[in-house]
Amino acid sequence: MFENIILSFKGILSHKVRSLLTMLGIIIGIAAIIAIVSTIKGTNEQIKNNLIGAGNNTVKIALYRGDGQMDLQYESVPEGVSVIPDEVKKQIKDSDKIKSVSLYRQRSYVDSLYYMNTALNGGSVLGIDEDYFDTTGYKIKSGKGFGKREFTGSVKTAIIDTTAATGLFGGDDPIGKIIDISGEPFKIIGVAVQNSKFEPVINNYEDYQLYNQENSSGQVFIPINSWSVIFKYDEPQNCIIQASDTDSMTKAGKEAVDILNGRLTVSEDSGIKYKSEDQLERAKSLQKLSDSTNTLVICIAGISLLVGGIGVMNIMLVSVTERTREIGLKKALGARKKIILGQFLTEAAVLTSIGGIIGIIAGIILAQLISKFADVPVAISGISIAVSVIFSMAVGIVFGLIPSVKAANLDPIDALRYE
Amino acid sequence: MVIDLKEICKDYIQGKDAVPVLKDVNLSVDSGEYLAIMGPSGSGKSTLMNIIGCLDRQTSGTFIFDDSDISVCKDRELSEIRNKKIGFVFQNFNLLPRQSAVENVELPLLYAGVPKKERREMAKEALIKVGLEERMNFKPTQLSGGQKQRVAIARAMVNSPTLLLADEPTGALDTKSGEQVMEIFQNLNDEGVTIVMITHEKEIADHAKRIMYIRDGELSEYSGGETL
Ligand SMILES: Nc1ncnc2c1ncn2[C@@H]1O[C@H](COP(=O)(O)OP(=O)(O)O)[C@@H](O)[C@H]1O
Ligand SMILES: [Mg+2]
Repeated sequence: MFENIILSFKGILSHKVRSLLTMLGIIIGIAAIIAIVSTIKGTNEQIKNNLIGAGNNTVKIALYRGDGQMDLQYESVPEGVSVIPDEVKKQIKDSDKIKSVSLYRQRSYVDSLYYMNTALNGGSVLGIDEDYFDTTGYKIKSGKGFGKREFTGSVKTAIIDTTAATGLFGGDDPIGKIIDISGEPFKIIGVAVQNSKFEPVINNYEDYQLYNQENSSGQVFIPINSWSVIFKYDEPQNCIIQASDTDSMTKAGKEAVDILNGRLTVSEDSGIKYKSEDQLERAKSLQKLSDSTNTLVICIAGISLLVGGIGVMNIMLVSVTERTREIGLKKALGARKKIILGQFLTEAAVLTSIGGIIGIIAGIILAQLISKFADVPVAISGISIAVSVIFSMAVGIVFGLIPSVKAANLDPIDALRYE
Repeated sequence: MVIDLKEICKDYIQGKDAVPVLKDVNLSVDSGEYLAIMGPSGSGKSTLMNIIGCLDRQTSGTFIFDDSDISVCKDRELSEIRNKKIGFVFQNFNLLPRQSAVENVELPLLYAGVPKKERREMAKEALIKVGLEERMNFKPTQLSGGQKQRVAIARAMVNSPTLLLADEPTGALDTKSGEQVMEIFQNLNDEGVTIVMITHEKEIADHAKRIMYIRDGELSEYSGGETL
């Protein structure tokens, strides 16, 4: 077997140009498949990252009335929705699918956020607890974070994100400055950034909404204890959890929602319920879409492999004819059918495997070029490489079968007399 | 008895007609014999040799080789007989061009399933016997005609077969190389190898202990007066 492989290599090397031309179909087919699969995988990962926060695995849980998130700017908290106490937060955190939990209130599109005369239009104010930054993956970029003081007393300090910093201060250092939120002065003690900041791809209005909702105009974080100073309790408590891994996001969200809904004492027909924003499901459905559009391209690559296989068969048939005398001699020396069969099958498989490997290299280069010029992310998958090698080998064996059987069944006499 | 041919006929189908090439051939060859078969071109010499070498099957008649009836043997049994009991030497050497002398000699051992190391040893020994140990790594294109034929003989003998079959072994060689080949054949025969050699040169046939003559597919003892 091993010797057959060595001999096949020698044979292939002695006909370099012919072998290369024979492999061309396989090379193109495999290269196309690798490039396409890499692009699909890259796009999928990008979609997934964009929607679920680059591996942060956070799931947001908010209070809904019917299909809309509740906005209590112009009404008070409905009856039956009570404040979520620390025990419930702990209960949620006890799930093995949930790594951390944070409760917060959010007021979006605030129009009364000022530094001197500069307004931060459309920014949000979030009243957060001590777990919020850990859970959502924010970290302090400059200045400092909230301490014990903020979460026990009622201190008017604030942390802003980089967008708000730019919006309010331009290039100036915001630390120590006093901003005005709904007429109350807050001292900025830090600037925060999200750990895994990703570049969203915006393809449609839905994406635009999704990414811009919170991030475009800046966020101002204040300790939850100071919330009542400016907004009373007129926003419902939201909950954000961090799942232990991406795959348990949906389940983790559901567990938390069930616990929270269990505490609601609202009437059935009010339609008020906690819901998790099931981003993973959304990501999955988007992936399905991109998969199906690319099935067609995979089919075309498959056809190219088929054509490549037929090319291999053709050349192998020529090779069998050319080596008729050699086959006759080997049979005269006692080579059995299966030895001849094995020799030609190995040769076909080695030929297409080399083609496959060249195709993989070409495909990886192609994928890199696509990512560079078409600005599409690529991710080369180990599985697709392994599958390609096995597949190209299989093409050799399948299409080499007819020529090899022909060689094995040659009559030694006809083969020896062949000129 | 190594070879026992009884009323062997071989027809080739040409269009609708069956053209007889061998007609009622009877031949017995004992162990240790050295037989030459002479005859003009197209008389059926190679056809006869191919039947004796279990490469081809007769149309009718019986062929007993080394006590087994060849006509009832399956393909793989014939492969084994060719591999273990018969060594072939052809007019045009039939060496594999991409493989070295020693690799060519190893081929029958490869098909017999001899392990690599042993194979190399046995092949080297066979090459020493034909005086080519220094050229064992040469490719056939780097060897002269006489040297190529000696490699072919080493290959034929490497499995220590009972029968050496040679079809015009000197046909493509100059006189001197031919004589060298004859010397090797003589040594092998002295060691007890049975040889059947086909030739149309009287001087070559004279090396054999016994000469037969074939004409138009009919085999007879050689009397000395036949024209070639
Ligand atoms: N495969 C074949 N089909 C038809 N005729 C053949 C075939 N092989 C040999 N012959 C014929 O049989 C005759 C004997 O051939 P061969 O045994 O090769 O002769 P020699 O070796 O004595 O020169 C020739 O007339 C040849 O044309
Ligand atoms: Mg002949």
